[in-house]
Amino acid sequence: MSTVSEPVNLSLPGGVDTGLTPKQLADKYGLTVSGARPGLFAYTKQLWGRRHFIMAFATARLVAQYTTAKMGQVWQVVTPLLNCAVFYLVFGVMLKNRDIPEYIPWLCTGVFIFQFSQSAIQSGTGAISYNLGLIRALHFPRACVPIAFTVIQLQQLLISMVVLIAILLGFQIPVGPTWLLVIPALLFQSLFNTGLALIMARIGAKTSDVSQLMPFILRTWMYVSGVMYSIAGSVHTWNPVAQFIMRVNPASVYMELIRHSLMPQIYDKHKYAKYQVLPPHIWALAIGWGVVMFVIGYVFFWKAEEEYGRG
Amino acid sequence: MADTITDLTETEAQAQAEAFRAGRDERAIAAAKETRTPTVVVDDVHIVYKVHGASAGKGSATSALSRLISRKRSPAITEVHAVRGVSFTAYKGEAIGLIGSNGSGKSTLLSAIAGLLPTEKGGIYTNGQPSLLGVNAALMDDLTGERNVVLGCLAMGMSPAQVKERYQGIVDFSGINEKGEFINLPMRTYSSGMAARLRFSIAAAKTHDVLLIDEALSTGDQAFQRRSEARIRELRKEAGTVFLVSHNNNAIRDTCERTIWIETGKLIMDGPTDEVVGMYERGERP
Ligand SMILES: Nc1ncnc2c1ncn2[C@@H]1O[C@H](COP(=O)(O)OP(=O)(O)O)[C@@H](O)[C@H]1O
Ligand SMILES: [Mg+2]
Repeated sequence: MSTVSEPVNLSLPGGVDTGLTPKQLADKYGLTVSGARPGLFAYTKQLWGRRHFIMAFATARLVAQYTTAKMGQVWQVVTPLLNCAVFYLVFGVMLKNRDIPEYIPWLCTGVFIFQFSQSAIQSGTGAISYNLGLIRALHFPRACVPIAFTVIQLQQLLISMVVLIAILLGFQIPVGPTWLLVIPALLFQSLFNTGLALIMARIGAKTSDVSQLMPFILRTWMYVSGVMYSIAGSVHTWNPVAQFIMRVNPASVYMELIRHSLMPQIYDKHKYAKYQVLPPHIWALAIGWGVVMFVIGYVFFWKAEEEYGRG
Repeated sequence: MADTITDLTETEAQAQAEAFRAGRDERAIAAAKETRTPTVVVDDVHIVYKVHGASAGKGSATSALSRLISRKRSPAITEVHAVRGVSFTAYKGEAIGLIGSNGSGKSTLLSAIAGLLPTEKGGIYTNGQPSLLGVNAALMDDLTGERNVVLGCLAMGMSPAQVKERYQGIVDFSGINEKGEFINLPMRTYSSGMAARLRFSIAAAKTHDVLLIDEALSTGDQAFQRRSEARIRELRKEAGTVFLVSHNNNAIRDTCERTIWIETGKLIMDGPTDEVVGMYERGERP
């Protein structure tokens, strides 16, 4: 063995394949380019196959969150409540928006609903970069991660909804059949959030600078979305283009829809002098935003599937 | 699956390894003359890392904004040509050792085969999706070992029923619970050897068309290394191909019949293990 004979090459194909070039050999046996992205249909099928993983991952993350921070669960509710208190002080008391009927329940609904989209964006942005270890170690459709994060947001929203209902009941808002409309509204908002989270996940995976800008963008979005003031009451003197933009803003669409479902009476002009106005075609807008954003986000994320975990 | 191996005693494993090595080079050379099914084709591959100089660091929101808008990267981009024109073909049922000094490009090559690095030039073709098992391929550090096993298996595409069925086998194989109920502690409390053992056990629970192991076994203790070597041999029998990077030449001798030696990104030698590792150890070049 120690004789330095001519080195044997175990790499060359033998038998009937003798003499084939590597490329010909790969083609003959149907080998595919490593790490190539599957087609959209195949990808969706793989993703469906991992649905148990998505649910288990979301649950595990949620549990970890609650066990590491001692008051984790409590903060989930306390932070938006503190926000409500600050907004009430600034916009309700100091800037005198209090004449919106049922201002406090109205404000709390806005804060909780905006929070739902906001946290989806925040967790989507970090979804890939915070889970690089997992992504590099195992092979699964990467969309599992941002989707699992929106499932987490949905689970947390359920806690927030319980608190919100307690607030509404505390302010003697009557329970009515329109409350059921909250379910489809939140469903389309979740769809919208998932699409947005997928888009942010791809952007955040490539450009870490985005996470620096996010707080600024989110704050701006919140201020133009009418969380603490009434859009309908502010924009009626503006030019029509600006009015249109303010009213199709998805955050205000979902917020307005859920406020209307929970408190339809404040939109009644016979009951309140400064009644609220529901923008036209609001359900069409809510459904449209949800479906369009989800499809765009899904395709956008899939387009870079082979690149996550690189670098 | 793993159950059969856990029952192996040290001596039995040793004997298996001995039997495997006897007359192996000759068999490998003879087999190379037959028609074999290729599983990994690496065709004149070049891999270049582009390192963005000292641009890292988090600035303020405004500087981040200006960087985003101008799309200007830091002017100093250093290129590291880590793999320079490597070609080889791996076949079904082979276990291939990958040797070379630190920084020779072994990890880079395996990442590229796993599809985690783009090639600058050349192509890598594989049968199915290779799985890479690296040293620091941490799963989820803040979750318990138990959750990592369950999530890892689900992520690899097992059904919940399959996970339930294999769970105990995986834990036993890893030996994590030999010194207490560690499986219920977060993975960040594990020693690096324990974590590596658990990760290998998870990955090995599934059959892989191509399994790439990058120093992942080196931190395990003697008994675990024996067990994992036996498992690697089993994986090959299930018609897979295994690549093994290790600085323990004996581990390569015991597991692989073929070895590829790379140095500064170039292929030095590709042949029967005893011949290649022998020359590597003696510091000879072909
Ligand atoms: N992320 C990276 N960015 C830039 N250069 C890298 C990176 N990873 C590895 N390299 C370089 O590529 C070469 C090969 O490294 P590697 O594949 O890790 O070697 P090995 O695994 O054989 O020790 C080395 O010169 C190393 O400096
Ligand atoms: Mg390495």
